[in-house]
Amino acid sequence: MLQTIAFYVFAAVIIFSALMVISSRNPVHSVLFLILAFLNAAALFILLGAEFLAWILVVVYVGAVAVLFLFVVMMLDIDFASLRAGFMQYLPIGAIIGLAIVSELILAYLGWATATPPGPPSATTPGVSNTEALGRILYTDYIFYFQTAGLILLVAMIGAIVLTLRHRVGVKRQSIARQVRRVPAEAIEILEVKPGQGVT
Amino acid sequence: MSAISSDLNALIPEFVLALGAMALMMFGVYAGAAWQRIANGAAIALLIATVAVLGILQPHAVAFGGAFIADPFAEFVKILVILGAVLTLFMGESYFERQNLQQFEFSVLVVFSVLGMMLMASAGDFIVLYLGMELQSLALYVLAAFDRDNLRSTEAGLKYFILGALSSGMMLYGISLIYGFAGTLTFTKVAMLVHTGNITIGLIFGLVFLISGLAFKVAAVPFHMWTPDVYEGAPTPITAFFSASPKIAAMALFVRAMIAPFPGAVDQWREVIYLISILSMVLGTVAAIGQANIKRLMAYSSIANMGYILIGLVAGTVQGVEGVLVYLAIYLVTTLGTFACILAMRRSGHMVENIPDLAGLAQTSPGFAFVFAMLMFSLAGIPPLAGFFGKFYVYLAAINAGLYPLAIIGVVVSVPLAFYYLRIVKIMYMDEPAPSFDSTMGWPVASVITGSGIFTLFFVLGAAPLVQSATAAAQALFP
Repeated sequence: MLQTIAFYVFAAVIIFSALMVISSRNPVHSVLFLILAFLNAAALFILLGAEFLAWILVVVYVGAVAVLFLFVVMMLDIDFASLRAGFMQYLPIGAIIGLAIVSELILAYLGWATATPPGPPSATTPGVSNTEALGRILYTDYIFYFQTAGLILLVAMIGAIVLTLRHRVGVKRQSIARQVRRVPAEAIEILEVKPGQGVT
Repeated sequence: MSAISSDLNALIPEFVLALGAMALMMFGVYAGAAWQRIANGAAIALLIATVAVLGILQPHAVAFGGAFIADPFAEFVKILVILGAVLTLFMGESYFERQNLQQFEFSVLVVFSVLGMMLMASAGDFIVLYLGMELQSLALYVLAAFDRDNLRSTEAGLKYFILGALSSGMMLYGISLIYGFAGTLTFTKVAMLVHTGNITIGLIFGLVFLISGLAFKVAAVPFHMWTPDVYEGAPTPITAFFSASPKIAAMALFVRAMIAPFPGAVDQWREVIYLISILSMVLGTVAAIGQANIKRLMAYSSIANMGYILIGLVAGTVQGVEGVLVYLAIYLVTTLGTFACILAMRRSGHMVENIPDLAGLAQTSPGFAFVFAMLMFSLAGIPPLAGFFGKFYVYLAAINAGLYPLAIIGVVVSVPLAFYYLRIVKIMYMDEPAPSFDSTMGWPVASVITGSGIFTLFFVLGAAPLVQSATAAAQALFP
């Protein structure tokens, strides 16, 4: 009972904040609502007993992706009013396409036959945590997918470097080794300055 | 323990390529710019070594619970893909030298994208399908923007990336629907479920989204919009690569992702691809007529060619797949030959890309003009050149499968298609000569041009081994 109430509360907040993401005027508010939606989705995962997925959602999506969005939105000076300028102009054609897709979805939904679910998903063996069970599968049965995903990340990294790294010439860099190697004899020169004559 | 080692045996060629690519990357990072030529040569050697391993071991197995399939079909496609990459690296080097774009990452990215294509060719479930495709695409996005100080090149990269991400999203949505309604992601298991006659509307929804994503990757209408801009903006050797290897891998994946999991839903996917095929042939032909830039023209030409290749898939028979494979092999050589010709179009040190620049080429350099004309005749499908046989095999499959309208449309469309290829020949042979091109095209480009010319002219004499291996490869797909 309590679980059902909790589910509906979290689900309602997700839907509300998802609507706010696309309807709020201030883009910073949009991103904050997006974070709220992610947090509530994480709560839903906890209700399902998938605590690892919940934490991944918080760490990756809230911690990294959403904060990155926030930085981009705040740092780039985008005039959102001008982006929306053509909205009314494109509304009729957009509405027609949207209506067509919605009616297709409704038609499809009427003839939709979902398979009966084969019982509740199997619980993990007692004593084995969610994370451990996932790890066991990921590094055995799914090792091939896992390694391929690693290669994709490697390519993404190479790509980012190729497209952005520039070797600039004439940049002054700190060389700690040279700093440490310096001895007073070569760093300091003691001169006797006679009155009336400068140091040459 | 023995289970995993037999799984790994099927993957040895991929291991060789992956480890080699990482070694190449480390070499490039530490060796410095002076060793670029060696990195390029090492990449070519690595790719050839992979083909050798593939040819010697011929691992025919299903590994990782159906996720990875090594069969003659995959082998055929992998060899074509690697051939495309080797020729690109081979003829591209002098271009990058001249344009001051030498970076060892070029060869590393090409090798990684080839690895992605090999996984695509061997995909046995939807996760590998997606992972292979992303590995390939990510490397290609970067390659499109490789000339990063050039506005056109960065525009090409960005457009390719955004539209590619969109299509990946559509495809993943489709895959999730298929998973939801079939309960499994492995092709063979999906095939068993779909055979039992319970094709739900949700599954068809997923199938349509999957087809949309795959059609984007082969640049078939209506998912072709990115092609002309990306082809025009990317550096020419990279455009050559785009039009060759990724198209082959994506088409092979398209064929496998339709025929392996959905033999029971053949009527459903056939309708969609039927339409895509006709639209690609018509639009690729009509839109090409007004083009002045030869790279854009080749983009539309590849769209039209993909339409023709899809005829073989619509047939959905062993003969159809055989037609697809023969067509792909011929398309690969002809396209790379044409791009080698485009690479040789230089006037006082600068690349020229407009069709009128070719005027009167027959008088200034007759040999070059002859091969170029042969390649154009071949792309137009004029017998007895190679291109004719590609079209012949797919038409034959369509007619034997009873798809007369599709074959007739294909033949009718090939008339305007021939017009725009022949227009180039006319410009080269009939028009007043423009100033001649630089004579120093470099021996790699010259040898690719010569090789593709020989292939196109004498294909008819030596076609039997290619057709036989294509037949064997196609039969592997039908249990």
